[in-house]
Parts: sequence; structure tokens; C-alpha cells
Amino acid sequence: MAEFINFYLIPGLILGSIYALGAIGITMTFGILRFANFAHGETMTLGVYIAWSLVQLTGIKSLVPILLVLMPVSMMLTIMIVLLIDKAFYKPLRASPVIILVIASFGLMLMIRSVTQFSWGVQLKTILPGIQPRINLLDFLSFPLKHVFIVGGALLLMYAVHHVLTYTKIGKAMRAMSDSPELARLTGINTENVVMATWVMGAGLACAAGVFLAVDTQVDTMMGFKILLPMFAAAILGGVGKPYGAMAGGLVIGVAEELSSYHWIGDGPLLNPGYKQGIAFAIMIIILLWRPTGLFKGKSF
Amino acid sequence: MRVLELDNVVGGYGDTQILHGVSMHVDAGEIVVIIGPNGAGKSTAMKAVFGLLKLTDGSVLLDGEAITNTPPEKVVRHGVCYVPQTGNIFPSLTVEENLEMGAYVRVDDFKPRLKEIYEMFPPLLEKRQQAAGTLSGGQRQMVAMGKALMLEPKILLLDEPTAGLSPKFRGEIFETVKKINRAGTPILMVEQNAKQALGIANRGYVLVDGKNRFEGTGKELLNDPEVAEMFLGGGKQSHKTGKA
Amino acid sequence: MDPVLYGYMLYGISLLTVGGMYAILALGLNVQWGFTGLFNAGIAGFFGIGAYTAAILTTNPHASHVGGLQMPYIVSAITAMLVAGIIAFLVGKVCLKLRSDYLAIATIGIAEIFRLIVNNETWATNGPRGISQIPRPFEGLPEPINQVAFLGVVLLTLAGVYWLMEIARKSPWGRVMTAIRDNETSAKAAGKNVETFRMEGFVIGCMIMALAGALMAHYLKFVNPQTTDPLLATFIVFVMLVIGGSANNKGAILGAFLVWTLWSASEIVAPRLLEAIGMTDAGIRSAYVRIFLIGLLLQIFLQKNPQGLLPETRPSSPGKNGS
Repeated sequence: MAEFINFYLIPGLILGSIYALGAIGITMTFGILRFANFAHGETMTLGVYIAWSLVQLTGIKSLVPILLVLMPVSMMLTIMIVLLIDKAFYKPLRASPVIILVIASFGLMLMIRSVTQFSWGVQLKTILPGIQPRINLLDFLSFPLKHVFIVGGALLLMYAVHHVLTYTKIGKAMRAMSDSPELARLTGINTENVVMATWVMGAGLACAAGVFLAVDTQVDTMMGFKILLPMFAAAILGGVGKPYGAMAGGLVIGVAEELSSYHWIGDGPLLNPGYKQGIAFAIMIIILLWRPTGLFKGKSF
Repeated sequence: MRVLELDNVVGGYGDTQILHGVSMHVDAGEIVVIIGPNGAGKSTAMKAVFGLLKLTDGSVLLDGEAITNTPPEKVVRHGVCYVPQTGNIFPSLTVEENLEMGAYVRVDDFKPRLKEIYEMFPPLLEKRQQAAGTLSGGQRQMVAMGKALMLEPKILLLDEPTAGLSPKFRGEIFETVKKINRAGTPILMVEQNAKQALGIANRGYVLVDGKNRFEGTGKELLNDPEVAEMFLGGGKQSHKTGKA
Repeated sequence: MDPVLYGYMLYGISLLTVGGMYAILALGLNVQWGFTGLFNAGIAGFFGIGAYTAAILTTNPHASHVGGLQMPYIVSAITAMLVAGIIAFLVGKVCLKLRSDYLAIATIGIAEIFRLIVNNETWATNGPRGISQIPRPFEGLPEPINQVAFLGVVLLTLAGVYWLMEIARKSPWGRVMTAIRDNETSAKAAGKNVETFRMEGFVIGCMIMALAGALMAHYLKFVNPQTTDPLLATFIVFVMLVIGGSANNKGAILGAFLVWTLWSASEIVAPRLLEAIGMTDAGIRSAYVRIFLIGLLLQIFLQKNPQGLLPETRPSSPGKNGS
């Protein structure tokens, strides 16, 4: 039991929170700009490297100031870069067929990655070096303190997303445009502002998710790409254009990935951990076959 | 006073020309109905007002000023509201959020207007926190119209508001249209149910093949044997065949 | 022969050989993206399926992996295409009725899953170490005749694929394909079974990609998971097709040779340029500069010249003269 919770369930929830944050941006871009953004994972990686550089620059080595000070600054820098990318590469294609935008984002995925690899090299790095304190509870629960901050931070950001989408004019306009871009235009909603807000939200959350992942594991130029497929799967599972669906989808995929290698039957892992990354894909295929609109009734294209 | 005028409008989508010279106008306080066979360009004429298709000739005037080929997001700001036939609400937003979106371009306080809209459509007040997509067809039309009225538009354009509704709801919608009009908003409406629509209209236009064919007051068109034969169908037609 | 000249000649042969294999890949993608409007983001996967199938079927028996069946080249090529075709069919079944983005996501997923399988199923694929000693046609001949002969095999295959694709393009089938791509609604209204046509385009394209993969396995005499690196195998092919001219088979071939030449030349030029401006690690870093520039080239073409160098030409239809 203790093993199950400490080594499978808790890591699953951590991974799930990270996927959830990343998938919100994917699903909102999918819903509002109407395309699957392949560069989203690289946005995340870029954000992580910006944060890593800030850590080196300031010499801050402890978790709380990294999350409270450096992470927001990195989020802002990532957002600025993504807005520039939108202006240079996506905006000129706004009237093009959706699939051209997908190709453009595919190209940007490699362009951003090459910039990251050029600037920072491909060696593994760490944001939070050294051994981290653990928390022991109720005799059997044991997890690193940083997990508390990751889950807490993710919940806080998700609440912020909820607040923006429910109570602000631009947030409501984002949901409206995700429902129907055509009607949003007929209603006089300033669609360019909504597009900008979408990038701001997506890029900010991607950077945060990346920093959480980097705090939990390591900094690596492929880290964003490695979780691109799980984020897509989370967005599709939750229903495209549905931010709450993406959050739930992210948690489901994260937990499912970790639980897949638990020894449910016999002594060995149920699934070879080498195939963990395949879980997201399998869930995605099942949902596409069974209910393409996702659990939360998103768009059916 | 002339609110809206289309003067010999020509246009279409891409290479396909649909409107070959359509003229019509709406005066203050009027309900004007466009009827005609399928493919006559009724909805297209309405979209022409809203900047949804490229006009190659002719002009659209609002309060005497040209708004020809103005994109829809700007036409809204001029005080023209358009309710498309389908996809006219944001289904995942609540009823109230839909109405708020209707007021998106307003910078002043729209709360009093919201109250007026709820007074005009009492069923919406009850369901204000419900996702608009979960409402019945008739109530969705109310949301769509209410959303458009949030702007207190100079003119309201309705594209087949009764399409797909049962006769009972259809009657309700026509009553609503009359109510909106009595409250001071001129209305230009495309309708398939020509007879009922002409019954509440001040005037009507009959479009055929992208051109004006007939025009007159609602009564005139209802009583015109040619119009009756072509478009009104129903009782009158069977009456005729009975005679023959 | 002068050794320097001889070196250049070998370089030229290898440029044409690899360029030819990319041209076959680009023709495969052209059926999907150019004529059918499908975005296959997992070219690498189908290419890899072809490469591994050929490797397993034609090598000598070896303890490190299955197969070693010593099959004739033609049998292995056909099997590679069939395997890819079947997998493409299954992917298509799931995704083709959905919007184009889903196919892109699912195909990149297939490519990743394929990589997981070749990395993990060591008994079959020898894992990350890969399969070596894959035979190559004509390798017994003296150099450089063997190289030229293999180039001949590649170019003949390319010519064959091109010829078939041109017939397909001009056939009624090809015309229906482009009609669906341009206006799905009206094609549906005309009674065409859109999903079936898309499936045919998708499966044929993937089979051609597997054929290119089989050729590549024989050429390199070695495959490992890196052979299906999503960058080179997927992205460059897209750049080739977009620049050459999608929906134009000649454009696909032109784009493939052009981009491959640029890419190879930049491999020589870029590190020297970086070194000249005093950059450290110029050799490693130049690779990233090249990727960035090729990405930029793609973006410029998407924005300024989406038709590519050789725009689509419609086959003259016999019916057109009458109407």
C-alpha cells in the first residue's frame, strides 16, 4: 500500500498536474486559433531554460524564491517571446487553412528547439541541485517537500485560469470564441485580443509546467517534446477547447502512466516502463475511437 | 426616417455571383420581411448588409452613411446586430454570459439593459445560470435575439428565426419579434414561413434569382395572387387547385 | 583518377543516392499532403517501419535480433510496403474521419511508438544498438561501380514511383482526390466516398515511404532508432515538398534534391562560418543553426510562396473542352 502510494500514485499526481497545466494551453489554442500547436512543448522547454538562466544569474538556490520570484519572471519572458513568434509566424497565416498553421507550428517546434540547443547546449542541467527534504506522514506516506509546492502551485494556477475564464470579460470572450469563432466575430468581439490572451495564458502555463517538471526531474532540451503527446492526449481526452477537461485529462494521463508499471498482477510491472510514454497515445486512440469529442464534450471536427 | 438602405447591391462569394442587383430599405419602426424561393439570395442579401460577402457594385447605407463592405466586427459597432440562422449562441456559456457577450462592444454600464432584456424574455431570467446549449430551440432563439439586443441596435437583422422550430414555438418567436419591434427596434428578417411573417410585417420584398421581384406592404403581398401562388403555398394553393 | 576528383565523384554519387531516396519520400508525402490534403507528421515512423522490415528480412541470421531470413530484395521491399500499408490503414481507420489535425497528432504518435518498440523489443530489433550488416545490392562489385549501380537502383525506383504517381494524378482517381482536397462538401455532394479516397491516398503514401525506408536500410547497411529521428525523416521531407511545390510530382523531386543539396552543403559550410566568427563548439552548434535556417526557409515559403517553386498544374481533362 505504502509503496503504491509513494512510488506510483503520488508521482502520477505530480506528472498529472504538470500535464494538466500544459494541456490547458494546447486545448485553448486548439479551440480558439483552431490548430494543434506542435510547438507547445518547445515553449515549455524554452521557459525552463529561461528559468535556469535566471537561477544561474541570481544564484538563488532554494525552491520557494525560485517558484515565487524567478518562475513568474520566466513566465513573463516566455509570454513575450511567444507573442513575438505569433506576430512573425502565425499572424500572417491567420487566414490560411488550419493545416498550414499546423505545419508552421511543426516548423517552429524545430526552430525553437534548435535555438534552445544552440544557446544552452544539450547537456542535462538541474534547477534545484542537491538532496531535497522529504515529508513523512502517518508512518507510511513519504514524499519530497517539493511535491507539495508543485501540486500547490499547479492548483493555484488552475484556480487562476478558472477565475479568468469565469469572471473576466476577456476570459468569457475566450470561451465564447472557443465555442464559435464565427459568432464571436459577428458579436463584435475583438478576436485579435482574444488570440493574444490565449497565447499569454498558454505560454505562461507552459513555462510554469516546465519549471515544475524541471524542479521534479532535470532540465533537458527534449523535455517539452517528450510530454507533447501526453498533453495532446490530455486535451483530446478532456474535449478540445475545454480547459477544465484538459485539467482532468492531464491528471488521468499522468496517473495512468505511472500506475501502468505497478505490479498489479504478479511480481513484475504490468507494463514495461519503457512503454510508459505509449500510455498517453493508447488512451488517445481509445478516446478517438469511442468518443472523439472527449469526456467533456468538446468540439467534434 | 430611413434606417437602412440597400441600393442595387451586386456581389457573391468568390467567383459565384449571387446578388444581381438587390434594392431594399427599412424605415424607423418597421418590420420588413424578405421572402423568396430557395437559393434566391435572401440570406445573402442580409449578409451583404453585415459585410459577410464582397459587394462588387451598389451600396449599403446606414442612417444615410455608406457602410458598404465594412467587416462585420465594425458593422456591429455601427449599431447593426445580426442573428444568423444557426450557430447564433455560445452553447457552453451561460445565458447571462451570452447576453454579456452581446454587450461586448459597449463601454458603458450594460446592467440596466440586461434587466430590460430579462423583462422582455422572462424565461431567460430563470435560466440565466444555465449553459445556453442546454435550452430548448425556442429559448435559444430568445438568447440569440436577447444577445443581439444588448447593444440597443439601430436595426436588428434576423435570418430565419423560426427555422426548425415547431409551430407552437414559431408563433412565440413571431410574437417576440413584434414585441422587440414595439419596443423601438426596426427589424429586417428573412423567413421561410412567408405567410406568418408577412402577417406581422409592415412591408415585404420577394427576391428571385438574386433580384427584386415584388415588393409591397405585408397585406399587399399576402393578397397578390402571383406571390401567393409562388411562395405562400398552404391554404391558398389548395384552394386554387380545388377550383381548377 | 585524381584522388581529389575521385572523392568529389563519390560525394556526388552519395548526394544523388540519398537525394533520390528523399525524393521517393517526398513523392509519398505528395500523395498525402499534396493531393489529398492529409498532414502526416509521422513520416519517420513509416520510413522506419520500411527500414526495419527490410533489415530483418534480408540480413544473415544473427543472435542479436529476429529474422535474418536472407530474403531477396524485392520480397523484402514488398513486405516493407505491406507492413506499412496495414499500419497506415489502422491509423487511418481511427483518424481520417476526424479533422486533419488529429491525423497529424496520431501519426507523430505512431512514429514515437515505433521508436519505443525498436528501443524496447531488443529480441527483435537489438534495441538501441540497431541491426548491422544489412546487405546492399551490387555491393560485391568493385568501387565505385557498386556505388553507381546502387544509385541506379534508387533512380530507377524513383522513376518508377514517379511514373505511377503521374498516371494516378492524371487518372479520374487523382482528379477526385484533388476535388476532395479542395472542396470536401461538394465532393461528398457529388456522391464520392471521401473517407475511402482519403484512406487510399494515406495508405499509398505510407507504402511509398516504407519503400524509401527499405532502400535507406540497404544503403546505410545499418539501422538503429536514430534512423527514424523525427527531424530528418519527417521535417525535411515537408520542407522539400512545400518548397518544391506540393501537388506537383516534379516539384516534389526538385524540392528533394534541392533541399538535400542545400542541407549537405550547409553541413560543410556552416561549421566553418561559425568558427570564423569565433564561436566555440562550432561543429555541434552549426547543426542547430542549420535546422533553424531550414525551418525559417519553410516559414518564408508558407507565407510568401505557399505554392512552391513548381506550382500545381491541373491535368487537362477530356471533359473540360466540351463544357
